[in-house]
Amino acid sequence: MVEVVVFAVAGAACLVGAVGVVLSRNPVHAALMLVMTLFGIAVLFVALQAHFIAAVQVIVYAGAIVVLFLFVIMLLGVDRAAELSLGALPAQRWTAAAFGFGGAAVLVWLVAAVDRIFKGAHSYELERAGIVVTEADAPATSYATDVSAIARSLFSDYVYAFELTSLLLIVAVIGTVILARRSYGADGRRAGQHGGESAPAESGATPQEARQ
Amino acid sequence: MSGLEVTTGWYLTLGAMLFLIGGTGLLVRRNPLIMLMCVELMLNGVNLSFIAFADRFGDVHGHTVVLFVLVVAAAEVVVGLGLVVAVLRASPRATADDLSALKG
Repeated sequence: MVEVVVFAVAGAACLVGAVGVVLSRNPVHAALMLVMTLFGIAVLFVALQAHFIAAVQVIVYAGAIVVLFLFVIMLLGVDRAAELSLGALPAQRWTAAAFGFGGAAVLVWLVAAVDRIFKGAHSYELERAGIVVTEADAPATSYATDVSAIARSLFSDYVYAFELTSLLLIVAVIGTVILARRSYGADGRRAGQHGGESAPAESGATPQEARQ
Repeated sequence: MSGLEVTTGWYLTLGAMLFLIGGTGLLVRRNPLIMLMCVELMLNGVNLSFIAFADRFGDVHGHTVVLFVLVVAAAEVVVGLGLVVAVLRASPRATADDLSALKG
């Protein structure tokens, strides 16, 4: 019974946070709502015996990514109320509506299918795929989810992917540094020093600027 | 047995709902920062599904995949926020629609 309560509370936090991210006009509020969702998901990870992933979730997401969002919001000063109803692309509105409602319909169908599969009625498909379906009401199989088990799979089966992520991170870091630095002119003077914040870098005399 | 029991389907439902909310927000909102947050919501919904399946089938590989998703999400946010900073510095009131001006 305590599982149900934990799931209900954490799931409600997740959903409220997610809706808050989409609906809040202020980006700071959206970021804080995102924190709420991430903590709810971390609680659910703990409920699913994924303690290490829960810790990583809190550290990486709430501790790094959301802080990065807040830094950018602070840096750019965009924490004013944003327009929620821009009728710029009505086609995209319809796409969004179709995505939402169609996705909800698919969701209902999918949950019914998944429950049926887990009840064992169609388990032969899973067995053919090499997945052994235990009895539906069996408790979660006791399997090692501690750091050593994750490390064993990470450094044996996924070692190439692991090395590739290091490459990815280096590329991301270097690319971001190049993207986000202000470009300097030939005399070492800051481009855009006179125009304040809104002056573009000299390489960025964009069509956007011409349009304004 | 109290009848009500948290099954894998509950977690999958919640994950799919997070994915849908994030996707809808990605299509509806115009602020590039909030669009990035919506992408994070979608990724978290998928992560929840991975962990739920890992718990259901007793397979630790789901946890490993979630770690990779976290790494890729971090890289994506870093690059995305770099782009947002570069664009919004040039024109502070830009929305995602204004980026069509980049086509030239």
